[in-house]
Amino acid sequence: MALPNKPVGELKAVRDPEVDKRDVDILIIGGGMAACGTAFEIKKWADDGTKILLCDKAALERSGAVAQGLSAINTYVGENKIEDYVRMVRNDLMGIVREDLIYDLGRHVDDSVHLFEEWGLPVWKKTDDGKNMDGKKGLKLGTLKAGATPVRTGKWQIMINGESYKRIVAEAGKKALGEDNIIERCFIVELLNDKEDPNRIAGAVGFSVRENKVYIINAKTIMNACGGAVNVYQPRSVGEGKGRAWYPVWNAGSTYTMALRAGAELSMMENRFTPARFKDGYGPVGAWFLLFKAQTVNGLGENYSASDEAKAELEKYAPYGTAAVTPTCLRNHLMMKEYKEGRGPIIMKTSDALAKLGETMSKKELKHLESEAWEDFLDMSVGQAGLWCATNTEPEKKDSEVMPTEPYLLGSHSGCCGIWCSGPDEDWVPADYKWGYNRMTTVRGLFTAGDGVGCSGHKFSSGSHAEGRIVAKSMVQYLKAEGDKVTGFKETDQELVDFVYKPVRNYLDNVEFTTAQDINPNYCKPAGMALRLMKMTNEYGGGTGTYYMTSGKNLEVLMDLFEMFREDLEKIAAGDLHELLRAWEINHRLYTVQAHTRHIQFREESRYPGFYYRGDFLGQNDEDWFCFTNSSYNKETNEWSLKKVPYVQIIAD
Amino acid sequence: MPTFVITEKCDGCKGGDKTACMYICPNDLMVLDPNEMKAYNQEPDQCWECYSCVKICPTQAIEVRGYSDFVPMGASVVPMLGTEDVMWTCKFRNGVVKRFKFPIRTTPEGEANSYDDLKGKDLNSGLLSTQEADGYEFPTPSELA
Repeated sequence: MALPNKPVGELKAVRDPEVDKRDVDILIIGGGMAACGTAFEIKKWADDGTKILLCDKAALERSGAVAQGLSAINTYVGENKIEDYVRMVRNDLMGIVREDLIYDLGRHVDDSVHLFEEWGLPVWKKTDDGKNMDGKKGLKLGTLKAGATPVRTGKWQIMINGESYKRIVAEAGKKALGEDNIIERCFIVELLNDKEDPNRIAGAVGFSVRENKVYIINAKTIMNACGGAVNVYQPRSVGEGKGRAWYPVWNAGSTYTMALRAGAELSMMENRFTPARFKDGYGPVGAWFLLFKAQTVNGLGENYSASDEAKAELEKYAPYGTAAVTPTCLRNHLMMKEYKEGRGPIIMKTSDALAKLGETMSKKELKHLESEAWEDFLDMSVGQAGLWCATNTEPEKKDSEVMPTEPYLLGSHSGCCGIWCSGPDEDWVPADYKWGYNRMTTVRGLFTAGDGVGCSGHKFSSGSHAEGRIVAKSMVQYLKAEGDKVTGFKETDQELVDFVYKPVRNYLDNVEFTTAQDINPNYCKPAGMALRLMKMTNEYGGGTGTYYMTSGKNLEVLMDLFEMFREDLEKIAAGDLHELLRAWEINHRLYTVQAHTRHIQFREESRYPGFYYRGDFLGQNDEDWFCFTNSSYNKETNEWSLKKVPYVQIIAD
Repeated sequence: MPTFVITEKCDGCKGGDKTACMYICPNDLMVLDPNEMKAYNQEPDQCWECYSCVKICPTQAIEVRGYSDFVPMGASVVPMLGTEDVMWTCKFRNGVVKRFKFPIRTTPEGEANSYDDLKGKDLNSGLLSTQEADGYEFPTPSELA
């Protein structure tokens, strides 16, 4: 159901919003790839009459990380072995991953890719004589499902014409679920536990960003998939460019924070992703490395990553560093070494790469190649194309700089932080990794997918969709077996409205005290709090400002700052509904980045050099730390607890 | 690259049932000033430059100006979204113009098969509905540690 368009910043928030109460069996929170997967799959398994609701804080057609489009699908197993997919993910994430979750994803992901193609996503094809055809021309070669050959860039990735990727996937999800079962512009901010069994989920509360309305939802089971966390660290750009984050700037850590506050265990939250991308525009580099075979050089023009010194450095991190494909964090690590030793900047030699390819190509083929290079940006990172235009960068003539970004928290790309989830209930899965329902968190009835599931990265768009579908089936299993055990939550309507609309009351109670609404000693505004959070994490939590370096002492300082920040959030103020959205997002960012840095504090080693370093514990300590780290939080007492959980290898080396 | 709305071209979508840019923006940035009946970006430093509003605008009233903190002036990147293709016009600061056309979709809009009639059979197997319908042989790992 699309809500009427009313102005947001224009529309002031009021003290007492309308209350809209819903009572459903299944609640899906989020609207990205994972949630669209659940939306597509759920009615295939649920009994007729099952009440299902999806709440998305944006519009399904363009929400989540794929809103802008993508130029590739990064996970398509195809002709490869699923076991090799597990090995690749394990090596890239420095050994500690949940192989049950990864294997399970690998046996489902292609089915989603086949659906995307059937729905209309153009997928590039390889002709018998080795030529690349775009997704339209390639149609005559048949579908992937029927055996056509995709264009691979690397072992797991296939090329697409993906400008409308999300629109296509959302369309199928919307049709399958029914528009009447979807509320767009509804931001769910807190999950509610069962009044009889606090370790069971019973509902959620949120608000409309279009009208003064609080949604109070009773639900027997919930899928929580709202993406990763962006702008939890100071971005390299500090003005308007703050918006040009590599991952979607609207990902506020809601997935992790809501699960954490409901009592779910998080796992491997110390893991982060600081992708090396084209500087400032954050355009993708994958196609340049893999499709165009470009090299990066340091400021002295040396191919630093192929040097003997680099090889010696990588050997310190064997077996990961010496594997055929160097883990993402270690590639960053080599780059950081160049910067710190004064051999920056790092330059991608686009001109050499295209010249070399041109030696064996006709003019027409070369023109096509140029178009492919631009499409890589235009499909998924238009701003990078804009930056190239603005700096007169024609890649065949002028090279571009590459640089690692600020830290991002996610579980679906080349990162693995997230929620501790049950694997499939099958014999080969270790007993400690399964508790009945695939992808259920440690809170009964609460599920997650995509960026939400920890310890199992490299799902990307296709894997997130497939994982959302896996969850759909699990939720129906849970609903049938345990749905009647849900007794509802203890919070009253009034308590929930007071909780969600507190920032509005803070504003209305105090705004008259000063002549300018943004400066008031009795409240703080979301814009300022966003900057305050990013400054403290950047300086003490291993941001770009310290080349990702932190230490036990720095983290102690940070924890003190977090605590005052948390207290001050009681005074955050929102004068309109857009500001209320931002107020709740900053709340979610705080708990998520706090979990991240508490995990870094707990793990006394540097597991991911190039992503972050503990100055007091450099290097890896397999003897003490070859294990998962799990955290939980008690929102009644504001207490955190962390523990080690054993790693079990499932797939042979 | 925050979006901007060209005053002359924006009609506030007054002919439609919703303001297109406001409907689509994933970050809740585009809003309508109901008095002027013009849309604007209310928080430019949170714009991801995803171009969702640019592509959906029925009057092509929205464009993008490079981020003021690092992008030199004078360039533009403008899409025209059709039903099957997208056309891009990329203008460089030095006047060079490049045009590209890429397919976006191979089926008519609205015709994605949502398999509404498909009902799963075995709730306790690991198979997804379409895998079950296809008779997909469900693998388990064979190279165990």
